Amino acid sequence: MSKRDLVVIGAGPAGMAAAAMAADLGLTVAVLDEQPRAGGQIYRDVDRVPKGRGRILGKDYTDGASLTAGLRHDRIDHVAGAVVWAIEDGFCISYTKDGRGAQVTAERIVLATGALERPMPIPGWTLPGVMTAGAGQILLKQSGILARNAVLVGSGPLLYLLAAQMVRAGTPPLAMVETQTRRDLIGAARHLGGALRGWRYLLKGLGLLAEITRARVPRYTGAQNLRIEGTDRAKAVTFSARGTSHRIACNTVFLHHGVVPNTQAARSVGVVHDWDAGQACFAPRLDQWGGNSVAGLFIVGDGAGIGGARAAELAGRLAALKVAEELGRLSSAERDRKAEPIRSALYGELAARPFLDAAYPPCSETLLPADSTVICRCEEVTAGDIRHYAKLGCLGPNQTKAFGRAGMGPCQGRYCGLTVTALLADANGQTPDATGYYRIRPPLKPVTLGELASMEHVAPDAAE
Amino acid sequence: MKPVSPFLELDDTPRAEVTFDGAPLRLPEGANLAAALLAAGIDVFRNTPVSGAPRGPFCMMGACFDCLVEIDGVVRQACMIEVSPGLQIHRPHAQEADDVQA
Ligand SMILES: Cc1cc2nc3c(=O)[nH]c(=O)nc-3n(C[C@H](O)[C@H](O)[C@H](O)COP(=O)(O)OP(=O)(O)OC[C@H]3O[C@@H](n4cnc5c(N)ncnc54)[C@H](O)[C@@H]3O)c2cc1C
Ligand code: FES
Repeated sequence: MSKRDLVVIGAGPAGMAAAAMAADLGLTVAVLDEQPRAGGQIYRDVDRVPKGRGRILGKDYTDGASLTAGLRHDRIDHVAGAVVWAIEDGFCISYTKDGRGAQVTAERIVLATGALERPMPIPGWTLPGVMTAGAGQILLKQSGILARNAVLVGSGPLLYLLAAQMVRAGTPPLAMVETQTRRDLIGAARHLGGALRGWRYLLKGLGLLAEITRARVPRYTGAQNLRIEGTDRAKAVTFSARGTSHRIACNTVFLHHGVVPNTQAARSVGVVHDWDAGQACFAPRLDQWGGNSVAGLFIVGDGAGIGGARAAELAGRLAALKVAEELGRLSSAERDRKAEPIRSALYGELAARPFLDAAYPPCSETLLPADSTVICRCEEVTAGDIRHYAKLGCLGPNQTKAFGRAGMGPCQGRYCGLTVTALLADANGQTPDATGYYRIRPPLKPVTLGELASMEHVAPDAAE
Repeated sequence: MKPVSPFLELDDTPRAEVTFDGAPLRLPEGANLAAALLAAGIDVFRNTPVSGAPRGPFCMMGACFDCLVEIDGVVRQACMIEVSPGLQIHRPHAQEADDVQA
């Protein structure tokens, strides 16, 4: 089994920045990521994207190449295509690559597993042709394919980004069906002070909106009663806005109302999580370096709380400084001196967040969906089923497993966990913290017997 | 008959011959398999074990498991595989779809 000072899980901006900084400070690092190339979600495939596509995706995307370049370092092994499925004390990390199991040990771990799309259960959301806006972006970045007749549904900056990219590519969306209301915007105004400090984000957002408007993409705001029609695939989106009902025929629907921390790996090792009311999701309880209830493990990037790519990168560097100090490569005074400018940049990056979170809140009708709506995609459990469990005395997500199969499919609750917590909390009149979340146990992703049998104790570089 | 694709492809990449449920397909070599199948006009990848409902890719990042296909007897996530020549891809049988490999 091979050994590293630091194993970084996730090669997005947070993980790449942490790895580069740690290697610069003399640590040996392995970076494991299940994707075939570095970049994470935002900079997906940035190293092999054709020129023309870079223009569609924008400079914020192509800038990611400076981070992937940082991984080409003598002391860094980037193990691509490595699906991490267990983290054990000590630390020993188990993963699968090319159908074979392998392990690596580490003094310290940086978890940088990023975000997931917030679940958006509406009638018809399981139909083929319905995808997340993030999926729409991945299709464009990684594969250069664009939906010709798409409707974008939900709210938030990422929805505008996808719409603007579709406009630039010559396939503008048929419509934007937006769920935020004017009241949300007025409510957000009290965070305007912070937003002005983060003025770059506001300007960017206004720029995207201008592109969408110039392309004459119809926009509906305050949309309610969202539904996707179709039997074998999505055929149309129906909704009401300002008292009028609408139906828009389409081939593809992209859903989005924010991203939430992907907490699977952190939960599997017992990191304590708290409900973050501002972002309406669970986030790990962290100190200023990304440290938490599990000694030696650090959590950075969107997996620590949604802050965006630049903030993720900065948090990655802070964790690397702390790891280097703990392993004796840096005095605590040097660590603090190096951390100071990073911390003040991070403060600036996060300034606009409270405004954005308040202006584009999650769509309320999907937080507590109607009884007939499927909420667990894997096992096809409905919101009504969960409410029924609550009536029978079910208090928390782990007890639902005694009543039915919610959260027991292959996605392990990634796209139903928050909904189950919200439904039970609402039905029982309890807080999300008191209600809790699914207990996550390894394996984090399904592993076959064949993969276990082939388990080699090899160095990550030998596994290339 | 080739299904009409709801997707536009920006690049023209060299193609690899594969089959989907026995029918020949020419997909861009090295491309993400789920994306390539979508671009080829295939939208139903599988039917669920519970109700038989049709499903296709949803997240494209390996998290939702809705893009499952069967290759060489193993059920895998199409969005985590790259296209290579000679792939024989099948819609998974309902009962096998619960037994997945990451
Ligand atoms: C689909 C999607 C698209 C997005 N697109 C944009 C965008 O275009 N612009 C923008 O500003 N923001 C975007 N975001 C928001 C995004 O989360 C952040 O901007 C940024 O990518 C966060 O960086 P990160 O390093 O924290 O995580 P990420 O960039 O998400 O990187 C996490 C990495 O961890 C890997 N990983 C996770 N679990 C495992 C495991 N068990 N084993 C191995 N590897 C694992 C993933 O493969 C991924 O590469 C997107 C989010 C999502 C979910
Ligand atoms: S599309 Fe979600 S796992 Fe492949």
